[in-house]
Amino acid sequence: MKRILVLVATALLVLSGFTACTSTDKGTIKIGVNVELTGEAAVYGQPEKKAIELAVKEINDAGGILGKQVEAIYYDTKTDGAESTSNVTKLATEDKVVAIIGAAISGTTMAAAPVANQYMVPMLTPSGSNAKVTNDGTTVYPYVYRACFIDPFQGVVIANFSSTELGATKAAVIGSSSSDYAKDLATIFADQFEKNGGTVVAEEYYTDTDTDFNAILTKLQNAGEFDVLFIADYAVRAGLIIGQARTAGIMVPIVGPDGFESPDLVALAGGADKVNDIYFSTHFSTLSEDQAVKDFIAAYTASAGEAPSALSALAYDAVYMLKQAIEDADSTDPVKVNTALEALKDFKGITGTINFDEWHNPIKSAIVVELVNGEQASATVVNP
Amino acid sequence: MLEFLQQMINGLSIGSIYALIALGYTMVYGIIKLINFAHGDMYMIGAYVGMISVTTFKLPFVLALPATMIVTGVLGVVIERIAYRPLRKSTRVAALITAIGVSFFLQNAVSRIMGAKIYTFPPVLENRTFMFYGLRFNTQQIAIFVTAILLMILLQVIVKKTKVGRAMRSVAVDQDAAKLMGVNVDRTISLTFAIGSSLAAAAGILVGIYYNTINPLMGFAPGLKAFVAAVFGGIGIIPGAMIGGFAIGLIETMVSGYGSTLYKDAVVYIILILVLIIKPSGLLGKNRKEKV
Amino acid sequence: MKNTFLNKKNLTWLILGVSFFFLIQLLIQVGIITPYYRVTMYWICLFAILGVSLNVIIGVTGQFSLGHAGFMSIGAYSAAVVLRSMPNLTGLFLGMAIGALISLFVSMVVAIPTLRLKGDYLAIATLGVGEIIRIVILNMKITNGASGISNIPYLISWPLMFFFVFISIMFSANFKNSAIGRACISIKEDEIASEAMGINTTKYKVMAFMFGALIASLAGGLYATTYYVIKPETFGINNSINILVIVVFGGMGSLTGSAVAAIVLGIINNVFQPLAEWRMIIYALALIVIMIFRPQGLLGTSEASLKAIFSLDTYKNALKGLIDLVTLRKFRVAVASIGKGKQR
Repeated sequence: MKRILVLVATALLVLSGFTACTSTDKGTIKIGVNVELTGEAAVYGQPEKKAIELAVKEINDAGGILGKQVEAIYYDTKTDGAESTSNVTKLATEDKVVAIIGAAISGTTMAAAPVANQYMVPMLTPSGSNAKVTNDGTTVYPYVYRACFIDPFQGVVIANFSSTELGATKAAVIGSSSSDYAKDLATIFADQFEKNGGTVVAEEYYTDTDTDFNAILTKLQNAGEFDVLFIADYAVRAGLIIGQARTAGIMVPIVGPDGFESPDLVALAGGADKVNDIYFSTHFSTLSEDQAVKDFIAAYTASAGEAPSALSALAYDAVYMLKQAIEDADSTDPVKVNTALEALKDFKGITGTINFDEWHNPIKSAIVVELVNGEQASATVVNP
Repeated sequence: MLEFLQQMINGLSIGSIYALIALGYTMVYGIIKLINFAHGDMYMIGAYVGMISVTTFKLPFVLALPATMIVTGVLGVVIERIAYRPLRKSTRVAALITAIGVSFFLQNAVSRIMGAKIYTFPPVLENRTFMFYGLRFNTQQIAIFVTAILLMILLQVIVKKTKVGRAMRSVAVDQDAAKLMGVNVDRTISLTFAIGSSLAAAAGILVGIYYNTINPLMGFAPGLKAFVAAVFGGIGIIPGAMIGGFAIGLIETMVSGYGSTLYKDAVVYIILILVLIIKPSGLLGKNRKEKV
Repeated sequence: MKNTFLNKKNLTWLILGVSFFFLIQLLIQVGIITPYYRVTMYWICLFAILGVSLNVIIGVTGQFSLGHAGFMSIGAYSAAVVLRSMPNLTGLFLGMAIGALISLFVSMVVAIPTLRLKGDYLAIATLGVGEIIRIVILNMKITNGASGISNIPYLISWPLMFFFVFISIMFSANFKNSAIGRACISIKEDEIASEAMGINTTKYKVMAFMFGALIASLAGGLYATTYYVIKPETFGINNSINILVIVVFGGMGSLTGSAVAAIVLGIINNVFQPLAEWRMIIYALALIVIMIFRPQGLLGTSEASLKAIFSLDTYKNALKGLIDLVTLRKFRVAVASIGKGKQR
């Protein structure tokens, strides 16, 4: 019996030793980062982590926030809701962070949202764009915010752009059925496009594990004429679909959401010659003349070794939004920071000027970018 | 009718990818009865090694393919030595868990080393599309299809006609008896892993070129499908893997083309279960009577 | 075997269980178990239930199933759907009961034909069943498709969790030790011989499968109310593999082993959390190394008995295993054999 006690005691000692290692001195401002570092969504979480690292380094080099250095604590959601819940619990109760950035996707953000509310720590997702991330449709979650615009907004933007700018009247829609992102966008696009007087001739869905879309593309070609193709998905698959559609002889303009934004889109499509007549809405454009955007692109490329995407831009903004909120609150008390974050006014980020509406969604403009030979050729700003 | 034939072509081209992966799967299974969950990840490793040899070492495709196959084959042997050999006398499920461990390890190690970002494959094989009586083919589809068939024939020849193949077959039937007959069991198993892994690597590099995108998790889903294909055709039987692969490719395409993509996996599994119920050892499998 | 429930052995277990319950409850109340450790503890409890329930199918009856997460999802969705209109404990229990019934029905429909298959064929068929369940849920209206159900009321508490862990393990142990369980064990050892002895093998295999599915669906219901959000992808093949890992890791056939494995894996997951991306690599290596050193799992086929808990030998052996692990003996042997050509 004594031995068991000894064993238990040792185990507890080891555990407490581990927690002791992670806690640091009181002179820093701790920000929790809960993003996808492994699993399917690591592609989105990794660039966000890099952008956060960059922003934190910049802030610290410039003297920190309220004279204190910023310390970011990174946890991996493993692209798993349960893990996300557990991470945010730990960040809020063990690490006692001032605020949390995360997660990169809507699913894991929604899993953690009730925890952030329960422990009253503000949580800001850079890219969780599902409408229900910050509210349940009737009440707003008091501690959950986002830096990106929401899916319904960009769905409408793209549909209007297709009808007016491209003059399309018949659309075909294809999208992933595995993500809320794609499904919502497809529905909203179709609704708005029909409201604009157009018709949707075909709607096709596939799952996230697919890489070969020839079957549905062949089906689309046989479904009737259309003059615009809307692909509701991220670049990983959208790039492949663009390539396969062009190879299969579908030459109509292709429109899509912010998920198209990726340095890999051209390579995914299999060559710049396939990436013509492509339009997508996004958060920031590399064509921007804004000095802050140019500086960010240069700094990010230097530190991360790759060109920034919309995801990294949003994560970068998220850090500065928190900085602003902490300074406005003049306090590191999560509740006070939350109040300041909610009241954030005309925050100038690289993804636009941000104000929160009553649902904690940013009111900001979208940009529709045209790709010619895989390069951004023009950018149209669409205001809300 | 034209649409149907076009869908057949689409289906066969996906099917040949499953078949390519399934060949290595079924081979390893046939010899040591291990569901090598890491096989799909060897395919992923093959794609990465292929990409590095083409981009960093600037090898032309004809050299990159054998180089990738050799590197991945050696890796397969090393994994077998370290992770699977100590477990050869243990239960099969313990070996299965080890294989799952290896699979997780490969996925996460590659993700750690290469970053979780998507890599794209340079277009090393020219992709031309041509029409034939209104049907659309492209050269990459044909390359994959032909490679799959050639590798299957090669594998069949190795297994059936060579001394090494005879050793493999004898190990598959009874390891102890094979040992008594002077077969070097360890070396035969190593060789099986080498061949199986290099086949996966060949599939990886071809698929990398075809879809021109690779990521650390790319092996899991096709690996699972290839396993299903191997079981479908009769696991351990080389032509069975081929037939299974094509069958699954065709079913998936037809369900997507004439029904809904969302149900294609469900239909594949339902057909699989039905096949197994009617013919419990797969399409080409021999039903062995159970003996006490 | 024993004709009174309240024999000395059961009584001791009961006292141990109850005192464990109050110990944890006390630790929660005085704040030693913080909310974060509570989350980890719930994870461990859930996977202990899942592990034990799968163990009844794999370890006790010898039927390889790779679709366990499918039954878990049935329970989780039933609970979540009912909780939407009845956000209280009654709703949770009602949902879990409905989930249990659906699970029983589905597992019976699935088990009767598929359990004729053997070994790997059965594994792949059950994998297919798990995937089919997932795809059906993905395409249903009431389950809200890919988005899943969010905002599920958080009703979990330590007494509730403990209650279900306790009854799951108790029922599973009783199943294993009953006449049915002994028939199942005989099927695992030798199916043909059991049939020759007059055991209706199909019947017992189906019973074990249904029992496992029932318990898994209960764990699913608890999962839903612990983690706020459920989505079809949460219950994919990856989750089935996680449960399988727990069963093999703890020792096939050892129910207490599964519980111990859930604890060990939960702690590994926790301790390495600050390492972010490295964690999964360490987890993978741990799986490989542990399987090489203890292919029979932590507890083998034996149960943690009272005698073992209070016996010195247990700890001596554990220490021996630990020394083996640290010195990497088996590994060195395996690595040393690389490059050695001729071996007979």
